[in-house]
Amino acid sequence: MSLDYTNDRDLHEQLIEDVLSAYPDKAAKRRRKHLNVADDGTSDCGVKSNVKSLPGVMTIRGCAYAGSKGVVWGPVKDMAHISHGPVGCGQYSWAQRRNYYTGTTGIDSFGTMQFTSDYQERDIVFGGDKKLRQIIDEIEALFPLAKGISVQSECPVGLIGDDIEAVAREKAAEIGKPVVPVRCEGFRGVSQSLGHHIANDVIRDWVFAREDEHGDFQSTPYDVVVIGDYNIGGDAWSSRKLLEEMGLRVIAQWTGDSTLAELERAPKAKLNLIHCYRSMNYIARHMEEKYGTPWTEFNFFGPSRIEMSLRAIADFFDDTIKEGAERVIEKYRPLANAVMERYRPRLEGKTVMLYVGGLRPRHMVNAYEDLGMKIVGAGYEFAHKDDYQRTASYVKDGTLIFDDVTSYELEKFVEGIRPDLVGSGIKEKYPIQKMGVPFRQVHSWDYSGPYHGYDGFAVFARDMDMAVNSPVWGMFKAPWAA
Amino acid sequence: MPQTADTVKDHADLFHEPEYREMLRAKREQFECGHTDQAVRETDDWTRGWDYREKNFERKSLSINPAKACQPLGAVFCAQGFEGTLPFVHGSQGCVAYYRSHLSRHFKEPSSAVSSSMTEDAAVFGGLNNMIDGLANAHALYGPKMIAVSTTCMAEVIGDDLHAFISQARDKGSVPEGFDVPFAHTPAFQGSHVNGYDNMLAGILNHFWQNGERQAGDAINIVPGFDGFCVGNIRELRRMLDLMGVDCTVLPDQSDVYDTPSDGRFRMYDGGTTLDATKAALNAKATVSMQEFCTKKTLALAKDKGHDTAAFNYPMGVGATDDFLMAVAELTGKSIPDGLQRERGRLVDAMTDSMSLIHGKTFAVFGDPDFCMGISRFLMELGAEPKHVLATNGTKPWAKQMGKMLEASPYGQGGQVWPGKDLWHLRSLLCTEPVDFLIGSSYGKYLERDTGTPLIRLAFPIFDRHHHHRFPTWGYEGGLRVLVTILDKILDRLDEATGEAGVTDISFDLTR
Repeated sequence: MSLDYTNDRDLHEQLIEDVLSAYPDKAAKRRRKHLNVADDGTSDCGVKSNVKSLPGVMTIRGCAYAGSKGVVWGPVKDMAHISHGPVGCGQYSWAQRRNYYTGTTGIDSFGTMQFTSDYQERDIVFGGDKKLRQIIDEIEALFPLAKGISVQSECPVGLIGDDIEAVAREKAAEIGKPVVPVRCEGFRGVSQSLGHHIANDVIRDWVFAREDEHGDFQSTPYDVVVIGDYNIGGDAWSSRKLLEEMGLRVIAQWTGDSTLAELERAPKAKLNLIHCYRSMNYIARHMEEKYGTPWTEFNFFGPSRIEMSLRAIADFFDDTIKEGAERVIEKYRPLANAVMERYRPRLEGKTVMLYVGGLRPRHMVNAYEDLGMKIVGAGYEFAHKDDYQRTASYVKDGTLIFDDVTSYELEKFVEGIRPDLVGSGIKEKYPIQKMGVPFRQVHSWDYSGPYHGYDGFAVFARDMDMAVNSPVWGMFKAPWAA
Repeated sequence: MPQTADTVKDHADLFHEPEYREMLRAKREQFECGHTDQAVRETDDWTRGWDYREKNFERKSLSINPAKACQPLGAVFCAQGFEGTLPFVHGSQGCVAYYRSHLSRHFKEPSSAVSSSMTEDAAVFGGLNNMIDGLANAHALYGPKMIAVSTTCMAEVIGDDLHAFISQARDKGSVPEGFDVPFAHTPAFQGSHVNGYDNMLAGILNHFWQNGERQAGDAINIVPGFDGFCVGNIRELRRMLDLMGVDCTVLPDQSDVYDTPSDGRFRMYDGGTTLDATKAALNAKATVSMQEFCTKKTLALAKDKGHDTAAFNYPMGVGATDDFLMAVAELTGKSIPDGLQRERGRLVDAMTDSMSLIHGKTFAVFGDPDFCMGISRFLMELGAEPKHVLATNGTKPWAKQMGKMLEASPYGQGGQVWPGKDLWHLRSLLCTEPVDFLIGSSYGKYLERDTGTPLIRLAFPIFDRHHHHRFPTWGYEGGLRVLVTILDKILDRLDEATGEAGVTDISFDLTR
């Protein structure tokens, strides 16, 4: 349900002025364009986005490698993903996204493994192509059940002029499996976002080329693909359950708990369902263009949006599915109501600030509002203009908007607003908790989840309640202290 | 329906429910195009044999589940141990996001560092402007007392010269005159995080010492090295040396910055070795390293400046702590007080009480080179037998020294040292030459699952258990903590092994 409220415009405008005053002039001028107070009338939240971060300001953003290996490709479970370059990138991203999957790790599934070429100085000097060839042979020898290999480029690869595409072509022919080169060097672009895009393009150019593999696949009129759900804490599963219950057949999950076959067969679907628009809209647009597959965005956070989404999805199909959607809504309404009845009184009127990637600052808004909570500030790490356009209708007048926020700004905003809850990432969690402000990680679900679907909403509500209402927040001040 | 508002099930239970199991089974069968159960089982069995082990050890290029990180992580961690110091990493920004996340996941604490956010244009033209603007912005926003610059591999590959860039940034007024901006080149394609620590520390000390005239005093410097247990260990070090009345400077000291209180205020900087003390450390009588293989350059620098030097290998347990304290006593002329001798006696007492549970148990150990030596030595004091000692970032000289240590003890006979190997090698080792227990970092949990070898978490990083780093593993007190950690796992295992009630629970003993 949508709550009716506005936020404190004057305070938020003042906070923006305050933080800008701390920067050198040149930097302040640039940062000003990324901070704004939402206006009911604006169509895009009035901030600039998807441009370079300032040096030295502690941006929270990551890189293109994180967007490709960490987000899009990493969860494809039956392939070995090589972090190609020095050891660090693969090490820091090893098993940290919580993309759940089933399978026997190290045998037929590789999601929580770290394959790296561990570049040494000689590889930088002489190039890494020879090493890459050998690595592919070694993977093939030790992991014969792997369905394919992806090469996730780290910074040096592009700088020293390695030809990973040539190696990929040569070795793919040799081992008879796809070898997919991804040019996601961390210096490309301004954030994770370009890495998503590059990863999408690679699916188009290197995976869809192989669709003939599945000539015997029998399509049905109800085939859909879930795109942009990375199954964090099992999100894609609690979503899949609803889609199946309404009568749809989910032929592929992109890319949470997915296999190479699921990537390859996706063009056979009747409809593409996009959850994370930012990271995978590119490939949905391509499939629309090339295969004529329509796509639609959906939002499975919180009962209001789930209901809307189920109906909107059903509208693409016949009455069987429309009835199925109503049946699912009826089935879960008692659960959703019981969750709201239990948690809403504990959370009513509490304020929330969100700073996440490219989707959740808008997608989660109504889930909070279903629990009676209000969004006072929202920002994205790597959103584009079309994300802010989509956000405008979600946020209320006076909401503080911050694009590519710096740690300095975020701390000052939290200090000034003192929201009842902040949702952001691991780097933000501990500074904000030290300030006495409840916090949940909303990349990894703070090691909880799922949060999608009705089953997930119950977990979400429970977690927000425990964050906001934990007794620990009352103990920060020693009783004898002035 | 498995979910209710009264008993909310999250991932830990929800996906074990029949509805979900059935859904996932159907997904596998209809859409995943996976291998047959039989093929998976057969392949799994094959990976556990000697043939596979040989194939696995033939690897020349592929690294699988390595237990090491890259240089700049160590550099950032090192810099954070100085008063008011902001680590500044010149290169791509994603790297810094990774270091901060990695350190926060281990310590459950804030981790502050900035990047010069170089992108494609900087790759072409060099990152000078990023350095100029970056230093100015970092200084203005975060008010540091010092900015310590290191590099990502991007900056190293394109050959950015930190010395020249920082000078030019100074000329442009990015930081006030006289503001300290030490630096170190920390290429990720050489060595590991332990070398990054060493390079950054040597860079900082060189910055403060290069123009100074040493006037030898009585104080000593202690260099802890890269240590995930720095919070507990550095405090324990200080406590012991205080008891001895030793005047010491810890270079660097992260114990407070990675353990700030929750009282309503975020302290971006807290504690750390003061810049004055760092400067004055030139005058020390001696520099003592707690981790030899993590501090080669730093020790060489100290020696070059005329310090006596001594190096230890992550001293744990009785003998290693004895050696450390006696070395400090000798260097400073101070005696070891009765209080410490009583602590020693308590640790020995605990060992006499519990040794029968550990004696003869076999262990595999992995982690940084010095950690491997420290824990192996303590295990052997307990009568336990290290069978595999593996350091992905271990060098040949380390392997030689480690091997000598094993050879010198009856409990080290048959122990094998594995420098440069990774945790997929270790999987083969555990499958073919199994041991009773595994000691290492959280990464070992996959080995625990795959091979059934219980994991004892005593090495960085520990992501999946909380707060262990707040307690020391060094000194006699630390030895007690390590002993209890190992014992708890052994005793839990003994209880679990009694298995099924009424069938195999014969030795489900109340007292052990």
